[in-house]
Amino acid sequence: MEAVVATAIGILTACGVFLMLRARTFPVVLGLTLLSYAVNLFLFASGRLMLDAPPLIRAGARYTDPLPQALVLTAIVIGFGMTAYLLMVALRAMAETGDDHVDGREKS
Amino acid sequence: MNAHAAIFPILIPLAAALLQLVVRHLGLPVQRHIGLFAAVLGILSAVWLVQLADSGNMLVYALGDWAAPVGIVLVADRLAAGMTLLTALLAGASLLYASGGFDKRGRHFHPLFQLQIMGIQGAFLTGDLFNLFVFFEVMLLASYTLLAHGGGLARSRASLTYVVLNLAGSALFLIALGLLYGTLGTLNLADVALRLQTAEHNIALARLAGALLIAVFALKAALLPLSFWLPHTYAAAGAPVAALFVIMTKVGIVAILRVQAIAFAPSPTMADLLTGWLTPLALMTVLFAALGALVATRLRYFAAWLVLVSAGTLLIAPAHAQADITAAALYYLVQSTFIGAAFFLLTELISEQRGEVADAIQPGPSFQAPWLALGFFTAAITAAGLPPFSGFIGKLMLLASLWETAAGTAIWIVLLIASFLIIVALSRVGSRLFWQHKAAIAPLVPHSPPWQSVLAVLLLIAAGPLLAIFARPVADYAARAATQLHAPGAYVNGVLGTSGLVIVREARP
Repeated sequence: MEAVVATAIGILTACGVFLMLRARTFPVVLGLTLLSYAVNLFLFASGRLMLDAPPLIRAGARYTDPLPQALVLTAIVIGFGMTAYLLMVALRAMAETGDDHVDGREKS
Repeated sequence: MNAHAAIFPILIPLAAALLQLVVRHLGLPVQRHIGLFAAVLGILSAVWLVQLADSGNMLVYALGDWAAPVGIVLVADRLAAGMTLLTALLAGASLLYASGGFDKRGRHFHPLFQLQIMGIQGAFLTGDLFNLFVFFEVMLLASYTLLAHGGGLARSRASLTYVVLNLAGSALFLIALGLLYGTLGTLNLADVALRLQTAEHNIALARLAGALLIAVFALKAALLPLSFWLPHTYAAAGAPVAALFVIMTKVGIVAILRVQAIAFAPSPTMADLLTGWLTPLALMTVLFAALGALVATRLRYFAAWLVLVSAGTLLIAPAHAQADITAAALYYLVQSTFIGAAFFLLTELISEQRGEVADAIQPGPSFQAPWLALGFFTAAITAAGLPPFSGFIGKLMLLASLWETAAGTAIWIVLLIASFLIIVALSRVGSRLFWQHKAAIAPLVPHSPPWQSVLAVLLLIAAGPLLAIFARPVADYAARAATQLHAPGAYVNGVLGTSGLVIVREARP
């Protein structure tokens, strides 16, 4: 399972970084979204991967580390808000400059 | 009551922001008065916190009364309390300036401004690394919207790159935190320090996590390969917003100082993490910024380059991890923050006097406001590090403390060359703005700025002479703060020792 999760994080990060380096705002937003997925998965895995274990500590029972789950929840909420704001900024920049280039200008 | 002192610098702006949102239908003047009242309260609470912290006790405030390392703590030592006071004073001056009419140019200026103050104060006070991330995000989200305040093409463009860059930075921050938690099993700074001193962790992963953390702080502090965003962003922001942004680079610098002094320096495996690369990069930042100031064509860009010069100068300090160098850097930090902010506010007032030419560094109509020229002259002397003002004392203290270090000669050469470049740049700017004028452009009718803006600028410029007159108490406080910072045992004991909790951690694969 570790290999699957690690591969997924790697692919998501690679796609995210590739898209972030594109010259138009929409791929950049998508890239940042993919990157934040990768980061959330990574953060989640930092408490070690466990199957069939609740994030509740009870004597004698198997449990998984609850802290990374709380961290991921916080990171998801913050990342979601930031992405929404970035979309608004991108739309506004496009309305004002007339194209969706990140530098606001396009070579003709 | 004293036990709750550490939470007030965060609670006051939060309460003010919420109140301002509730009463927004009553109009801007009501919001303005709430904001200014909160700024005064913030300054008073910060003074109180400084007095409490200066007794030498670490003020540890366990949020929700959950003891560290399980709960999140706020820690007010001398450094954190001093930075809180600096932020409160700067925020008060910027808000006073904005009350002169800048806040009318868009919506929700006042609540956002208060939230930004809350984020900055939280970032200085927190003792938990994930909580630091949360306060960074509070600060950044407010700064994104404040940057766009006032509208316009330049601001939209600058906003887009600034937001994308900082989102990437936040992703990196989370990766660093994940690595750190996965390796050490804790995110409380004192606990991280304690665990790094034992050798029961994966050293390579811990070093990687530490390096990523420093990279994120370096992005905020604008260290050279990560500093290209700063001039455009700060130049695009409105004057009072840019003045408040000056403290944001300092948030990154103080975070590097704190993490290095408390967690990395006492650890046998992490102590050399910053040596060898941070100081050369900081020196390159100084040179790069000084050259930028020399070729700037607009006054607002010029002010942004000056902020970068001071950020680079300050970044020389952390890698040395010596109390006397840190003390000099802290004094330099205080005065450069005030003067950097004063430059942004002056830029707007000066460009309003110049009609069409605005802030372009070229001859315009003959200048009609001699007091502004005098203010610029005072700020310029302070920024250039010439006697008799605080810039000179700060630079002298820093140079004197760095003389004994291994790379002392190189640091002296670079800093003195950069100072020379800045003097040349400042005299070029000053003579073009105030002495030369194009006869073709008819002199404008003198335009008198609102009294709030004038008072704010005067207060900030007065910091130059005042910090020179009261250099001894400020430098002494900086020395005590630095000594406390570089004795991390007290910090760790203060945060963890009182609880008496014994946490059994399972071995991690």
